[in-house]
Amino acid sequence: MSNYNPAELTVIMGSRALQDGQLVFAGAGLPLLSAIHAQKMHAPSLSILFEVGGVAPRITSLPRSTNEARSVRRSVATPATIDMMLYLQRGFVDVGFLGGAQIDRHGNINSSCIGTLEKPKVRLPGSGGANDIASSANRVFIISYHEKRRFVEKVDFVTSPGFLEGGQAREKTGLLGGGVEKVITNLGILEFDKKTRSMTLAAVHPGITEDEVREKTGFELLVAEDLKTTTPPSDEELQSLRALDPEKRYLKAGDF
Amino acid sequence: MDYRKARQEIVAKNKGARDKRTTLEEAVGMIKDKDHVAVGGLQYTRTPMGVLWEIIRQKKQEITFYKPLMSFEGDWLFVSGAMGKAVTSWFSGGVTWGVSKIMRTFAERDPGTFEEWSLLGLSLRFKAGAMGIPSIPTKSMLGSDLEKIRGLKRFTCPYSGEEMLLVPAVNPDVAIIHSQIADKYGNAQIFGPPCLDIDTAKAANRVILTTEQIVDNEHIRDAPNSTNIPFFCVDAVVELPFGCYPHECYGRYEPAYEKLGEYGQGLLQAEDKIGFVREYLDKYFYQPADFEEYLELFGVRSLLETTRRGRIWPQ
Repeated sequence: MSNYNPAELTVIMGSRALQDGQLVFAGAGLPLLSAIHAQKMHAPSLSILFEVGGVAPRITSLPRSTNEARSVRRSVATPATIDMMLYLQRGFVDVGFLGGAQIDRHGNINSSCIGTLEKPKVRLPGSGGANDIASSANRVFIISYHEKRRFVEKVDFVTSPGFLEGGQAREKTGLLGGGVEKVITNLGILEFDKKTRSMTLAAVHPGITEDEVREKTGFELLVAEDLKTTTPPSDEELQSLRALDPEKRYLKAGDF
Repeated sequence: MDYRKARQEIVAKNKGARDKRTTLEEAVGMIKDKDHVAVGGLQYTRTPMGVLWEIIRQKKQEITFYKPLMSFEGDWLFVSGAMGKAVTSWFSGGVTWGVSKIMRTFAERDPGTFEEWSLLGLSLRFKAGAMGIPSIPTKSMLGSDLEKIRGLKRFTCPYSGEEMLLVPAVNPDVAIIHSQIADKYGNAQIFGPPCLDIDTAKAANRVILTTEQIVDNEHIRDAPNSTNIPFFCVDAVVELPFGCYPHECYGRYEPAYEKLGEYGQGLLQAEDKIGFVREYLDKYFYQPADFEEYLELFGVRSLLETTRRGRIWPQ
């Protein structure tokens, strides 16, 4: 078995979750690496969209944000930002990747503030396009480092809706998108119980125990009856990934 | 601004195809304290930096700035006093430079200075403004806390019964936009992503256009399908090469990452954050005699380097 760090492991799990033919909203950093990796490994007709206005760009040097010329190089089209976001509402976007400062048991994400917005302890950068992706992407994959302060019982602020209070709450509010399908972390893969919409550990990565995940989760974790263990990254997968970020700007060791 | 009044502003406007070339100083003179100003581009792409630079130099105060995503320019606008409120979807230096400490200082002291919307929500506000309607429905933000804090009204579609949110139109007093080329009448051709600029130009009551290069009207007519903003939207045209620097202009130059990084790192390490930005403003904004002297401070090497990395013609 090869050596790999948490970021590499997570990106490869993200890559495997993508399917050929999909249209994907991928932010800079790990999600973008997952999407490009999937294109190289098993999904040659998967295309990437960037909110600044890039359709199916050819990414030759990794951008620092999704909102710059590097993200749209050699795109087939450069639509207005509003049109990029409306592709979501229309149903074109199969997968949207998200992350956040806090994620709760129902997959709601906070990227606005710690504390209340009226009296914030920490004001965070805000939604950007995250709320729109969470509202209307056909499915959302959350990519996150797994730690207790991130995986909380209830987010301080719902910037991006998951399943809201759980159960049928999301459907009742009139939202279009399918909500969070997978939470991909360095410890495992989590999905949502069909009825309660509570986060459920579906698979652990090789060498990770159920208890370790529980310990690093800030709410009572459900565990699937048929808990699986993921297949470790192959040499080929790792080689292909490392070639995408030779400077290790995103694939650093440690947390991410 | 009041919906009917915003329409009246356009009704009363001189739509003549006249020569609108002017200086940066005069163009910015049309912006008043406390105006609502929409800023073109997105995060650090095609930011009309020259106009922001001149707004700060003219010591404008308490302007409400609308920008879909804000970067370090938000720090400079806050600390100079030019910005009373930021209306945006995201406000930080950049992904790799961490959360803006200046944004945190202002927004944690007075949360009203950072009005957050989703990116589509804010985009639709400009779309409604451009369409000449007072509000527009969307499925975004439903059920989130953004719906609650913005006090958005629910709307049931009378045809389908679908629940939606209504976002209010915005008609800013002035929009500031930078294009790669334009003619003297204000016909602007933007290359690469137009961001929200096409709607913004229609939504605003007045438009200040800076451009990398003023071209002959015949050149515009050779490729009319490339014109994103027609002359009648525009009130002032200023030729301003490197007008987005240290941000980028698609096809012409990339961001000056190393200069942005110097600022970002400097701010991160400075004990007195506000003092650090004040010194930066003094050196780069208040001291230079003109925009060219501002560019000289960063040096010809940086201008050439960003150009080499960013130019895409010829392929």
